[in-house]
Amino acid sequence: MSIITDHDVRYVAALARIHLKEEEVGQLQNDLEKIIGYINKLKELDVSAVEPTSHALSLENVFRPDEVKPSLAHDKALAIAIEQRDGAFKVPKVIE
Amino acid sequence: MKLHERTAHDLLDLLKDGQTTPAEIHRSVLGQINEHDDKVHAYLRVNPAESADYSGTQPIPIAIKDNMCMEDLETTCASQILKGFRSPYDATVIRKLKESGAVLIGNTNMDEFAFGSSTENSSSGVTRNPWGLDRVPGGSSGGSAAAVAANEAIWAIGSDTGGSIRQPAAFCGVVGLKPTYGRVSRYGLIAFASSLDQIGPFTKDVTDSALLLNIIAGHDPLDSTSADVPVPDYTRALVNDVKGLKIGMPREYFVDGMDPEVKAAIEQVKTVLQDKGATFVDVSLPHTEYAVATYYIVGTAEASSNLARFDGVQYGQRRRPAETRKNPLVDMYEETRDAGFGPETKRRIILGTYSLSSGYYDAYYLRALKVRTLIKNDLEKAFEQVDAIITPTSPTTAFKIGERSADPLAMYLSDIFTIPANLSGMPAVSMPCGFSGEGLPIGLQIVTKAFDEEMLFRVAYTYEQNTDWHTKRVEL
Amino acid sequence: MTTGSQTEFETVIGLEVHVQLSTQTKMFCGCRNVFGSAPNTNVCPVCMGLPGSLPVVNREALRYAVRIGLALNCEINRYIKFDRKNYYYPDCPKNYQISQFDMPICYGGHLHIPVGDGQLKKIGITRAHLEEDAGKLVHAEDASLVDFNRTGTPLLEIVSEPDLRDPQEAYDYLQNLKLAISYLDVSDCDMEKGSLRCDANVSIRPAGSTAFGTKTELKNMNSFKAVRAALEYEISRQHKVVLAGEEVIQETRLWDENKLRTASMRSKEEAHDYRYFPDPDLVPFTLADSEIEAARTALPELPEAKFQRFLKDYALTEYDAGIIIQDRGMADFFESCAGIFDDYKKICNWLNGSVLQAINERKTTIAQLDISPEKLTDLIKKVDDGTISNLVAKDVFLKMLDSGKDASAIIEEEGLAQVSDEGELEGIVDALVTDNPQVVEQIQSGQEKAIGFLVGQAMKKTQGKANPKMIRELITRRLSNG
Repeated sequence: MSIITDHDVRYVAALARIHLKEEEVGQLQNDLEKIIGYINKLKELDVSAVEPTSHALSLENVFRPDEVKPSLAHDKALAIAIEQRDGAFKVPKVIE
Repeated sequence: MKLHERTAHDLLDLLKDGQTTPAEIHRSVLGQINEHDDKVHAYLRVNPAESADYSGTQPIPIAIKDNMCMEDLETTCASQILKGFRSPYDATVIRKLKESGAVLIGNTNMDEFAFGSSTENSSSGVTRNPWGLDRVPGGSSGGSAAAVAANEAIWAIGSDTGGSIRQPAAFCGVVGLKPTYGRVSRYGLIAFASSLDQIGPFTKDVTDSALLLNIIAGHDPLDSTSADVPVPDYTRALVNDVKGLKIGMPREYFVDGMDPEVKAAIEQVKTVLQDKGATFVDVSLPHTEYAVATYYIVGTAEASSNLARFDGVQYGQRRRPAETRKNPLVDMYEETRDAGFGPETKRRIILGTYSLSSGYYDAYYLRALKVRTLIKNDLEKAFEQVDAIITPTSPTTAFKIGERSADPLAMYLSDIFTIPANLSGMPAVSMPCGFSGEGLPIGLQIVTKAFDEEMLFRVAYTYEQNTDWHTKRVEL
Repeated sequence: MTTGSQTEFETVIGLEVHVQLSTQTKMFCGCRNVFGSAPNTNVCPVCMGLPGSLPVVNREALRYAVRIGLALNCEINRYIKFDRKNYYYPDCPKNYQISQFDMPICYGGHLHIPVGDGQLKKIGITRAHLEEDAGKLVHAEDASLVDFNRTGTPLLEIVSEPDLRDPQEAYDYLQNLKLAISYLDVSDCDMEKGSLRCDANVSIRPAGSTAFGTKTELKNMNSFKAVRAALEYEISRQHKVVLAGEEVIQETRLWDENKLRTASMRSKEEAHDYRYFPDPDLVPFTLADSEIEAARTALPELPEAKFQRFLKDYALTEYDAGIIIQDRGMADFFESCAGIFDDYKKICNWLNGSVLQAINERKTTIAQLDISPEKLTDLIKKVDDGTISNLVAKDVFLKMLDSGKDASAIIEEEGLAQVSDEGELEGIVDALVTDNPQVVEQIQSGQEKAIGFLVGQAMKKTQGKANPKMIRELITRRLSNG
């Protein structure tokens, strides 16, 4: 029985905005099947009483004062643009 | 010894005595690159000599992994999707290096977005191990490790998410340090997994490692996860003495699958350190076998989100399909990311997205965060008993190019010894401790508790001063 | 499906309000938090989401959020964290928004709205969480253009309980929410500038039912009135759907201000799987009790309390008090005046009349208007003691605003004081009686109203300076004397 279906792969690829070719779907399904199969090892452990660790260090309350710092010069900000128009980044038309 | 074969501290002494000049050192390194990098392919780009500034206090040529932003220079993470991206700002580490007078040689090859353990996942071709050109240099910072091993850099900077500094250091026979998480600012490091990534030095010996860490370490207000703790002068920790120290060798690490030559080398390390007065204590890290699975969930989940920004909107590459599939914008996203990412990158993004997606979060991601706690607790408990833990860096020496690329899971499992330090945030170093029968370097890993890099340097320095592996230079 | 009239349905509305916080800088970087700059001029690697950049929380934004939370009677979480909400959109440069998922900074608050006869209804506030604003997209013919100036502006999203039962309640809730926040100096609350935005969730259910019907989410309303209109439209649409035996589809619908209708937003049909997880680039925050208590102590008197107090202390009508408290500056001004002059009703009339009119016409605030409580009460006293008429006073007031001078100076310089000298006024009345025999006849034949004409003429002759009361008396006396 497969853990990961081709539907899962397509659904997740759509969420991740990656267009997959047909052969990629099969290959990824195969790879993920093996990897998730291995990762299911984690289910051996009883973690019901364990707190999650999302940071390597237990830092707290790291702030910044509300002080203005220089922004990038407009030209510098726009220099990275793939396409630009009127000082803005140009992208394919967004259809709402 | 030629200038490019020397260590940085050696060169700084020569400079101080007026026996060489920064330009001469730079030329020597560039000469080595010209002569040998077509074989090694450590570099993706080499900066022109004319642009160098030799006026700083420590004008040592340094190689930079291609995932750190440098103002106005291209940074690509060895990915097609970032081709042409020139950062408008410097990473904090780059700023600190510039302030020290470092001469930036160029950008080194890596696994795309640091996803890999062999540098075979680069979109710009594989880097070869200087000690065996049919071998991988390890990864993901394979280019930086190979550059230092091949004397194409005096030292280098890499990043380590699950072993990406230490494993290539082991494979290439150099010293590779992953500092404590939060010790070195991540600002400007193109993130793979934010809670695991840490920048660190590749050097030819332990003294250089301490010197380079002195330059790059320190609190950064631009990185919320950067620790606001004092940074000592690490060269003061270079003491040839381990008398009275307790050192642990976790029993879970010495199980089947380990290369007998690697095992024997580590046993030798034990003898050397015992001779210098260290006591060995048996320690247990019972959740070691879950480290790889935990890492691949945590790391890919974070990566799937960190890499979402590479979408063709602002910078880098943009692709659009010939025919409309969904709508112009979504088509652009999907085609850009399909064309721009290599297979391993896609695999990890898909895995990470899956583990965070509705219905799977608790089963995978949350569970992995909890197991991460167990793994961290194991190490913290061990450090109540010992001052340092030693392990092999990798179960094997450098494998052949192509040998493991067909089996991603086997590749992942080779990171078993290095991953726990990332999950727990603890500092760890890999340093050479021998050579295999085939002449390939073997790496020793030393781990200490968080923010105790001084202990790490003390043990490493003592071992180094009583062996001569660090004096070996490769013949290309 | 049984058919029924609309009265058999109950409406359930919940609102999500986004308030931009008016900190100096953005949520996670030091770029200026301002409206109206040229595109991509207040941007840096952090708010552009450039590779390698990292967020650092603006301390002030947390304080502002706590302030709003306390004003809305919320509990403040002592431990908070930030999470990533993952979705792709060109105005969201990292393709995730830093937000708060399961540990919002505020929760469990409420706000009152009036429901007639002086009764109040309590509207629950589920939570309020901090997040970063997105950039601005401009749609051209052939492409869309992205401006990241707004990206990273601190936002507080305030989510109400589904306690609202009709569009008017929603409207009143928004009014009171905006009013409460406007007292805190933490936001412009200006819907036109987008510093306050509102989405609405609405469903209908059979009256008496406790289960919720399928809701739709309404977006793109640019004013409170638009929110009300969109809800009215949508409720009637849902009625029609249900009465036709069909089912309401859970979806997002956009309000079209021109066509006055909502329309399905088809491009977002895919499942919302935001993959929230703790942002590993940010650390958690703990808020100390002392800090929260200090913030509570520092809160100003809130509009609801002020309203009640004004009714009680100054015997204002609900109408007058309601207007005065709409602006904290105005309310403070009123109280200063009330400390000098004790005819509160007159102060109120002035504030809600000429003063408010000047503020609106000049698009300014009471603080920026060149008038002090002392100057205004002096002016009112001049009317009171008969020095000038109310009509002249309005003119004097405008001259005061323009010149910065006080009332006495203007009255003197321009000779505006009322003529109350009986001898002088008698002369004027004599002349009028002589000049207007027909009018005199009308008055004497009992048409009292015609006196008004003569008073008007007297005012005209004296350019408004004659004391109208005295004129009237003199005319009456003169004509009755024959």
